[in-house]
Amino acid sequence: MLTFVDTVNEAVAGIKDGSTVMIGGFGNAGQPFELIDALMDCGAKDLTVVNNNAGQGDQGLALLIKEGRVKKMICSFPRQSDSWHFDAKYKAGEIELELVPQGNLAERIRAAGAGIGGFFTPTGYGTMLAEGKETRTIDGRGQVFETPIHADVALIKALKADGVGNLVYRKTARNFGPIMAAAAKHTVVQVSEIVPTGGLDPENVVTPGIYVNSIVKVA
Amino acid sequence: MSTQTSIQTSDKPLGRDELAELVARDIAPGSFVNLGIGQPTLVSNYLKPEQNITLHTENGMLGMGPAATGDQIDGDLINAGKIPVTELPGASYFHHADSFAIMRGGHLDICVLGAFQVSATGDLANWHTGAPDAIPAVGGAMDLATGAKDVFVMMTLLTREGASKIVESCTYPLTGVGCVTRVYTDKAVFLTGPDGVTVRETFGITFEELQALVPVPLKASA
Repeated sequence: MLTFVDTVNEAVAGIKDGSTVMIGGFGNAGQPFELIDALMDCGAKDLTVVNNNAGQGDQGLALLIKEGRVKKMICSFPRQSDSWHFDAKYKAGEIELELVPQGNLAERIRAAGAGIGGFFTPTGYGTMLAEGKETRTIDGRGQVFETPIHADVALIKALKADGVGNLVYRKTARNFGPIMAAAAKHTVVQVSEIVPTGGLDPENVVTPGIYVNSIVKVA
Repeated sequence: MSTQTSIQTSDKPLGRDELAELVARDIAPGSFVNLGIGQPTLVSNYLKPEQNITLHTENGMLGMGPAATGDQIDGDLINAGKIPVTELPGASYFHHADSFAIMRGGHLDICVLGAFQVSATGDLANWHTGAPDAIPAVGGAMDLATGAKDVFVMMTLLTREGASKIVESCTYPLTGVGCVTRVYTDKAVFLTGPDGVTVRETFGITFEELQALVPVPLKASA
């Protein structure tokens, strides 16, 4: 069921300890900073977080990691010039890392939302990231079996929602939003604008409202 | 003075920009291309409008334009290196799974990547030094290496210590197996594949001098 809530704190209130939380964004583009801050405030811990990166600087996901609320990161690119909070936790052995090639990360998320039980992909074949995984030769190429990544909650950012939860995004801020919305049991979206139902051209809807559970407008 | 072989096309090694210009010139008109972070990004400075090249960025865009400046800077419009960029007429946006389907599905003609090492059979190592204290980060490197029809590598031929980065087999962790088709270096352009390594041209070095630096058997292109 779709609900419109007034505050980001209400939007994340149901997130429990031990949850798997997908967080949209690639770098800062599409990152739902206000929802992440609310997740910080709500106190949930022992989280598994799925994001392309592992936090930057002293904001958002980086702070959640600094405060020890994340027990495991599933991501493709944790190491950045300003990922010092992740770096420190990782080197201290206080956070688990599942490193996934970026396209496998995206497709595993997509597979979860699409009800696919896994897929074979040439990406990673013959590398250390395929160690221990089932492989097959398909169409003459070595391929690796990858499984879906499901989540309890997705926190994403879109540009606009209408009254039934249809979403449109803006430029490269779309990134992981649509696939995370489909992969999570409960999807929370922060938007810049809510328009009346009928206010989005159905031909241009990117995420249909069926994938959306909770919407909050963030100024 | 020097005994130039027929494949020596420059009397000096190429600089980074000269190499980028050469790669740009070798990209066929109408190609769809992904340029990796770092040195490969320089290639975009030398693509000519009449080549009609479409640039792909892994974070969900085709038709990427040059880096944004001044009022053009928009936090929602960035490239894989998280640098603000611009959009060209005809650009399109798509989500991450579609963006990597474009790679994995073999729709990109060329990707240009940096490398630590390339093996004689085109194995690529470019994501991890394997050092025990290093935090591994792979990003889209493995997807690009296995997905694009042609994988071009740009790198210096030698490490700071003077070791060849073209090797019999990679000692760094692999990014992809048998995926590299060409290697552009400051001293030579190499074509790699199942039949071994062919030298297309050399810069400031003869074929024989090059062979003395590289520990795999080289063939000169006919």
